[in-house]
Amino acid sequence: MRHRPRGENIIRFDSVGLRYGLGPEVLQDVTFALPSGSFHFLTGPSGAGKSSLLRLMYLGLRPTRGRVVLFDRDIATTKRYELPALRRRIGVVFQDFRLLDHLTALDNVALPLRVRGVRESEIQKHVPELLAWVGLADHLGAKPSTLSGGQKQRVAIARAVIGRPDLLLADEPTGNVDDHIAMRLMYLFEELNKLGTTIVVATHNELLVQRFIHLPRVHIEHGMVTKVREAMEGG
Amino acid sequence: MFGRHSDLPLAGDATSRFLPWLVALMVFMAAMAVAGAFVISGVIDRWDHDVSGTLTVQVLPAGGEQAEAATDERVHLAVEVMRKVPGVLMVKAFDKKRTLALLEPWLGGTDVVQDLPLPRLIDVTVDANVHIDLAEVAERLSRAVPGASLDDHRVWLSRLINLSRTIQWLAIVVVALIGAVTSATVVYGTRTGMAVHHGIIEVLHLIGAHDDYIARQFADRAFALGIAGGLMGLGMALPALTAIGWSARRLEGGFLPSLSLPLLGYVTIALLPLLAAGLAMLTARLTVHGTLSRMP
Ligand SMILES: Nc1ncnc2c1ncn2[C@@H]1O[C@H](COP(=O)(O)OP(=O)(O)OP(=O)(O)O)[C@@H](O)[C@H]1O
Ligand SMILES: [Mg+2]
Repeated sequence: MRHRPRGENIIRFDSVGLRYGLGPEVLQDVTFALPSGSFHFLTGPSGAGKSSLLRLMYLGLRPTRGRVVLFDRDIATTKRYELPALRRRIGVVFQDFRLLDHLTALDNVALPLRVRGVRESEIQKHVPELLAWVGLADHLGAKPSTLSGGQKQRVAIARAVIGRPDLLLADEPTGNVDDHIAMRLMYLFEELNKLGTTIVVATHNELLVQRFIHLPRVHIEHGMVTKVREAMEGG
Repeated sequence: MFGRHSDLPLAGDATSRFLPWLVALMVFMAAMAVAGAFVISGVIDRWDHDVSGTLTVQVLPAGGEQAEAATDERVHLAVEVMRKVPGVLMVKAFDKKRTLALLEPWLGGTDVVQDLPLPRLIDVTVDANVHIDLAEVAERLSRAVPGASLDDHRVWLSRLINLSRTIQWLAIVVVALIGAVTSATVVYGTRTGMAVHHGIIEVLHLIGAHDDYIARQFADRAFALGIAGGLMGLGMALPALTAIGWSARRLEGGFLPSLSLPLLGYVTIALLPLLAAGLAMLTARLTVHGTLSRMP
């Protein structure tokens, strides 16, 4: 894991605007910065633009205007062949998981390592370890279609963290699971955060936000960041 | 190539079903063309050898009043024409006396022969290393000098050589065309495959896969299909070539030089499946790179 001094910004948006095709701007003048090692909620009503904002952060889209600086690199001036190296420092839990249906849980979680060219012996050692840690030791060979919603979610999270990312982006990671599992996932994220990973969890689950009221949040409405609440001391 | 890891379920794709058959056809045609090219070039070499060395130009005597002078003029013109042909080393006309001397064994040395309108001969020495299109020279000669002609047998061989060369080029063009169709099929199949597996490709892309990581998987698949098709084509070509060679050997008179395929020909044909699969692989790879370069 790359240890970054806390406080330095891991990501910064400057007057970022985004539109899909010729449609209206779904993000307008978004400006904020996330310090390295922080843990933020990204909140806002449905359709506010949370997923779109995350998509910009994990380099799934380029902004139509403004500036995105990720790991001290201005994305607009970064060469295309340099982007994979940046993406490998980001773990993403997609809103709809995006597991590959024809691969086993083990192979799904192994993907980020295979993409990096990690040796197969390493993969066979670390991936089962992580899957056991998220409680799926008995489902290494299971295809996603045979897993429950909560199990899929844990596979998706394991895939997001297997590469020890500097930045973890989770889009509604508690959307499809019961309260109990939602809490467990949040504790898991807090553990990762203590190990140095910067975390952003997008959610419109106010209950969850209230339970973790000590965490800072970025609130977005109608494509505009309306407030950034800093962390409460001693939370 | 085989057994390499793949994240994309490409083996089940229906779009690439025809690829092996196309590659088989390409390899079959290419094998025929290569065999033909080797045999023909062997034949050409031998014929070229026959054609080179010395040539004879025959000039028919002119009629009319000043027959003798007119004939001399024709010979002179023919010599000029032959001298201008590249690759010609020496041109020597036999005057009437030399011609008569040559004919003496048959006609005798009488005065009567002196007055016969005898054709004149011109001896032409050519550089054996230079290929001369004799058919073309013959035509030029007979156009420039009435009654002048080149040695028939050799002109005919030269025409055969020209024909063989045309056939060789035709074979190359046919193989190139089939290659282009195969490439187009690979491009189409790859694009379709990428559309079908768009979701998977996007995930790979977002977790930091380089374009080549994805391209390689399509390329491996195309290579495997290409090799399968190539071996199939080779399997069809070898019995066909054996059969053709066998019947040619029965036909072979004194006229055709032996029609055997040299070792290099067999090696080239054996490499064809690999070449075809390589073409499919390269095309798939470039196609994926082209499509992915539009992703952010
Ligand atoms: N691929 C797309 N093409 C066009 N418009 C899109 C696309 N994705 C999102 N949008 C639009 O952008 C706006 C923001 O959508 P986004 O998915 O970012 O919202 P969200 O905050 O994640 O909502 P939710 O909480 O329901 O997930 C919406 O108006 C949506 O219609
Ligand atoms: Mg969303």
